Amino acid sequence: MATFKDEGVVLRTMKLGEADRIVTFVTPEHGKVRAVAKGIRKARSKFAGRLEPMTHVSMMCWKGRELDVVTQVEVIDHFRGIREDLDRMPAAFTMLEAVDHIVVERQPADGVFRALTGGLRTLSEGTGPALLGAFLLRLLALEGVGPVVDSCASCGADGPLVAFDEHVGGFLCRSCRSGRPVAPDTVALVRQILGGQLRAALTAPPSRATAEVERLATAAIEYHLDRRLRSAHLAPDGR
Amino acid sequence: MTARPDIPSRTKTALPADHAVFAGPIQALVDELSRLPGVGPKSAQRIAFHLLEVPKEEAVRLAAAIGEVKDRIRLCERCFNVAENELCTICADSRRDQTVVCVVEDPRDIVAVERTREFHGTYHVLGGALNPIEGIGPEQLRVRDLLERLSDHNIVEVILCTNPNLEGEATAMYLARLLAPLGIKVTRIASGLPVGGDLEYADELTLGRALLGRREVAG
Ligand SMILES: [Zn+2]
Ligand SMILES: [Zn+2]
Repeated sequence: MATFKDEGVVLRTMKLGEADRIVTFVTPEHGKVRAVAKGIRKARSKFAGRLEPMTHVSMMCWKGRELDVVTQVEVIDHFRGIREDLDRMPAAFTMLEAVDHIVVERQPADGVFRALTGGLRTLSEGTGPALLGAFLLRLLALEGVGPVVDSCASCGADGPLVAFDEHVGGFLCRSCRSGRPVAPDTVALVRQILGGQLRAALTAPPSRATAEVERLATAAIEYHLDRRLRSAHLAPDGR
Repeated sequence: MTARPDIPSRTKTALPADHAVFAGPIQALVDELSRLPGVGPKSAQRIAFHLLEVPKEEAVRLAAAIGEVKDRIRLCERCFNVAENELCTICADSRRDQTVVCVVEDPRDIVAVERTREFHGTYHVLGGALNPIEGIGPEQLRVRDLLERLSDHNIVEVILCTNPNLEGEATAMYLARLLAPLGIKVTRIASGLPVGGDLEYADELTLGRALLGRREVAG
């Protein structure tokens, strides 16, 4: 049997049999990888703390027909800042869920992988109110279905752009408007995110614009995936 | 066994592979079995054909055992452990400390804690852990029941005994935040190194938590 090495982020895990789990990773070179971690549910397993969802690892696997088998794992980042903060978890779960639906088995996913590790690292280091929205918009752009943000998605007019409609594929001018109305700040923030000023966008303080960007990015990615992101609507919130 | 089961060959009109390829009752059994956790279509077929081959009494005993649990076992009205009566044996036991509640994900976790013989309080079974990706939020767990129980009774301590994994930790953090205003002591089981293990094989998360949860030792 052949082995392969890759980095990966654990997207989710599923119980298998008595003591095993099927672990789903996103990897740069092999895209989505589904691999069996044998004995992982036993307290003494060498995998137990290393293959939790939301862990960045480097790993070695046997290549199988349907499922691969994990043979070695080393942790690169546990993203402890997220794990230990209930308020950061919903965004992280939504990122993992979106990536899980976007990546395909055995198709390289370098861009998505980098966006995810970068996003989780940023979230682990501090909360950015625009982070989840920015991440989802970048995922769409990487998929080649990024929204039209520089002119009206329907008629091409320069502006002013006053609405966002994921069915049309971007912002819309006054005469073409449909979908949800958006404020000028929101348009500016989305342009910043997709126009190479991500760092600046991520330092934006929480505002109506950051909330609106998250909502429209969620709507756009759900439209693209043709499914709802469960995590985005089931945020655990103790307040 | 009186008659050999007739195994029809796959026909071109059949649905995609593994679908409705067997005679009615066998297919019904395969379908039911493949709904069980951890049983795929292949295993379901293997079990179904195994059941066809075993003596009838053996198969009937299995069916009766399933019927029996469904008839006689229900959930405890207080803690949602499995029970034969309104209350489970633990809730009904007057020697147990009713002022301490250990919150677990699953009735099987109660068995694990009971085996330690270290705990003499009562339990509350959540029925799972927060798992947003699988669509499990607080509403899908017995969180409201826990809150009701805490407001009704004279409970002084809640021990959060969910699994030491991402979902279990998230659930514990969520409950800790939810219970904080009630003024009840809320504790979390310590997580650390497995007894008998080697330090060099411990993963960073486990070792890090073990360090955080260190205790003073008497000299
Ligand atoms: Zn227009
Ligand atoms: Zn009970």
